[in-house]
Amino acid sequence: MVQNLANSKLKERREKILRRYPPKRDSLLYILHDLQDLNPQNYLTSEDVKAVSEYLGISVGEVESVISFYSMFSRKPRGRYVIRFCSSPTCHLLEGPRVLEELKKLLGIEVGQTTGDGLFTLEMTSCLGACGVAPAMMINDEIYGNLTPFKVKEIIESYRKKGK
Amino acid sequence: MKLEELRKIRERMGSELRLRGGKVRIRIVVGMGTSGIAAGAREVLRTFLEEIEKRKLNDVVVAQTGEKGFASKEPLVEIIEEDRSTVVYGNMTPEKARRVMVEHIVNGNVVGDYVVAIANPER
Amino acid sequence: MRLYRSHVLVGMDTFTLLAGARKVKEHLIRQIEKRGLSDEIKVLETGSLGITNRGVVLLIYPEGCYYVNVKPEDVPEIVEEHLLKGRTVQRLLFKGELERKAVALPESPLDVRRQSRVVLQNCGVIDPENIDEYIGRGGYEALERALFQMKPQEVIEQVKRSGLVGRGGAGFPTGLKWEISAKVASEEKYIICNADEGEPGTFKDRVIMEGDPHRVIEGMLLAGYAVGANKGFIYIRGEYALSIQRMEKAIKQAYEYNLLGSNILETNFSFDLEMRKGAGAYVCGEETALIESLEGKRGEPRNKPPYPGTCGLWGKPTVVNNVETLANIPSIIVKGADWFRSLGTKETPGTKLYTILGHVVNQGVIEVETGITLRKIIFDYGGGMKNGREFKAALVGGAAGCFLGKDMLDVKMDYTTLKSYKAVLGSGAVLVMDTSTCIVDMLRCILDFFKRESCGKCVPCRMGTDRLYRLIVDISSGKGTKDHPKLMLELAQMMNKASFCPLGQSVLLPLSSAFKYFEDEVMEHILDKRCPAGVCKMGEK
Ligand SMILES: Cc1cc2nc3c(=O)[nH]c(=O)nc-3n(C[C@H](O)[C@H](O)[C@H](O)COP(=O)(O)O)c2cc1C
Ligand code: SF4
Ligand code: FES
Repeated sequence: MVQNLANSKLKERREKILRRYPPKRDSLLYILHDLQDLNPQNYLTSEDVKAVSEYLGISVGEVESVISFYSMFSRKPRGRYVIRFCSSPTCHLLEGPRVLEELKKLLGIEVGQTTGDGLFTLEMTSCLGACGVAPAMMINDEIYGNLTPFKVKEIIESYRKKGK
Repeated sequence: MKLEELRKIRERMGSELRLRGGKVRIRIVVGMGTSGIAAGAREVLRTFLEEIEKRKLNDVVVAQTGEKGFASKEPLVEIIEEDRSTVVYGNMTPEKARRVMVEHIVNGNVVGDYVVAIANPER
Repeated sequence: MRLYRSHVLVGMDTFTLLAGARKVKEHLIRQIEKRGLSDEIKVLETGSLGITNRGVVLLIYPEGCYYVNVKPEDVPEIVEEHLLKGRTVQRLLFKGELERKAVALPESPLDVRRQSRVVLQNCGVIDPENIDEYIGRGGYEALERALFQMKPQEVIEQVKRSGLVGRGGAGFPTGLKWEISAKVASEEKYIICNADEGEPGTFKDRVIMEGDPHRVIEGMLLAGYAVGANKGFIYIRGEYALSIQRMEKAIKQAYEYNLLGSNILETNFSFDLEMRKGAGAYVCGEETALIESLEGKRGEPRNKPPYPGTCGLWGKPTVVNNVETLANIPSIIVKGADWFRSLGTKETPGTKLYTILGHVVNQGVIEVETGITLRKIIFDYGGGMKNGREFKAALVGGAAGCFLGKDMLDVKMDYTTLKSYKAVLGSGAVLVMDTSTCIVDMLRCILDFFKRESCGKCVPCRMGTDRLYRLIVDISSGKGTKDHPKLMLELAQMMNKASFCPLGQSVLLPLSSAFKYFEDEVMEHILDKRCPAGVCKMGEK
């Protein structure tokens, strides 16, 4: 019952996002961005894919193939907070790997995994354009720079508090 | 908009940008680009606003701007006063902002420890 | 303007401020007032006067004499003796060698006046979220000029004559690009601003969009007017949250002022502008891949020709320009092609934005005239090497760039010169490395990047990047053989010839330059199973 209610609500919100964009192929990326942001687990569900394919009149396979191409989209559930740690040269040169080790220890996971409480997913990314304050990472839309093992700890703790 | 209106704005803003308004004694400009924000500029900006509110300073304004280009000194804060050199503070934190507030903004003494640049009045 | 018979300059830098320069200045003003000299003598603050560790420093014109260690109590004497009676105060006079002649500007890397700011002239100065401030600094004057005084062809001519070449990496002449699209007869044409900025170590476009978004809009409007396009897109990478926010706000304001939309400034010119977010794929910065992505597809590069200029977005003539390129346009239209040509080198005039990163004192973005040497970038603007370590190499042009060793420090960093050394300027990224860096380790990082970002459309690149990464891991973990470097170079050469797009083709550059300059170091990893910098962990995978 509760599940049904949640489902219909979700459906409604999905519909609303779709209708914000003209039913044209070039709306695809935008719709995918928004749908993914809507999901607390930061991923695109099979229902999402189906709805988009119907709305835009392109095959499910097409939609899947586009999703798989872009690193910002995921078809698997992720944590509420997706951490994207930069692995590009500047961050690598300026102690990025050391901070990453600390981060993994803090979260108790490896790259590509999600913490047991569903809060964090750790991913690697190419340069975020924040190299001036390298090493850098993004948590959802927020960017963090000048990272040190100590600073990472503070940041993760603040998210843990927020996530409770 | 008509061409004349555009020109009017240009004229008005041109002089305003140079003089920065009569009642304003000090402008605190915080660099709010990605590098600044990633290094904690938002907290610094908030601290200045709080301190000004607390002290009821109505001749001090806080403004934001983009990135100046020197990322490793972010967060950067400029203190602009009429007829005085602009003082640029770097690697700011809320604690440092509070000290700048007391020593520089209120008492007029530059906090040498945090200065990263001094620029002549120009704009 | 008033004429003063004397100017007293008070040097203001970190040292003099601590020594009480402000107090001295206030005393000066008070004393001068007291003597009724305010109309004759002007007290000015200036930056460092080039004398350090001598307390407060004054410079008095027209004599040009310097006083040092000035205390507030000395002020009455200076005013009385020097300014009133014209006799120098010997005991305070500075007699040593000046570190620099004349009145110099503040010796701070942060001082933007040591740079030549065209594109960045408003960055860090105006509030980017307020269109009026941009207008107040001369914004939309170029648009006004173009719409009311110039024919589209004249705009193109001006850009052509300026000699501006694209700042997105390929270095194609911008005026020519516009002309090609202008000549195609088509109802619909498009202007695309390439704001995908994915080259590792580059964030100059971000600084422009965050700090001066209207400059980009104005550049696009001018491009649209010149080629006859009424629709523009800004394709921006999804990670640039703040740029997206600022650009969106700027677009909204421009619409409110009718600087975008129909009949702009009551003329016949109309132009609509939309933002489109990318979704995290480096290859989408390549213009044809970008167009695919804009159309809502996988961002895989297209065959060229046809070039976007004639057949681009939805098959229509499309101009794709980099953010920095477009941000140059307003100044070229207002100040003219000759002014632009007076900056920088003859072959590629103007300024260039460089990002200085890595083991330098000051990391960040600078804008200087083209033709600057690597040494100047690092030591004048970057503030030199961090922690006093020695320079080892610089990776110039991002991951798809080139390692340059010590003997390249005095080479000019512009498109043409670097090309003659088989290097590239690319996006202007300069990653500086000191002697604590291991080149093999950096290569591993770069090849990991290529492996991650290869779009997989063509076999040479898809297989090649994967293979190269595995080979470099071998070397860095002590499992490399004598044949490894040769194998890798051959592979990269094959990719250079057979890959579909420049991504796969460009792996060769970082690889061959690293092997060329640091062959010994690579061989030490292989033959002695030893990492001289102590970075690679031998025996691990
Ligand atoms: C793999 C790859 C990535 C690229 N990334 C960018 C980019 O992020 N930004 C950009 O402006 N140009 C990029 N380019 C260059 C574009 O294809 C194109 O040349 C450029 O946008 C043209 O603009 P310009 O003439 O103003 O330089 C890239 C090219 C390749 C091959
Ligand atoms: S060279 Fe690489 S990036 Fe370019 S099309 Fe081929 S696989 Fe894709
Ligand atoms: S290299 Fe990490 S943000 Fe650019």
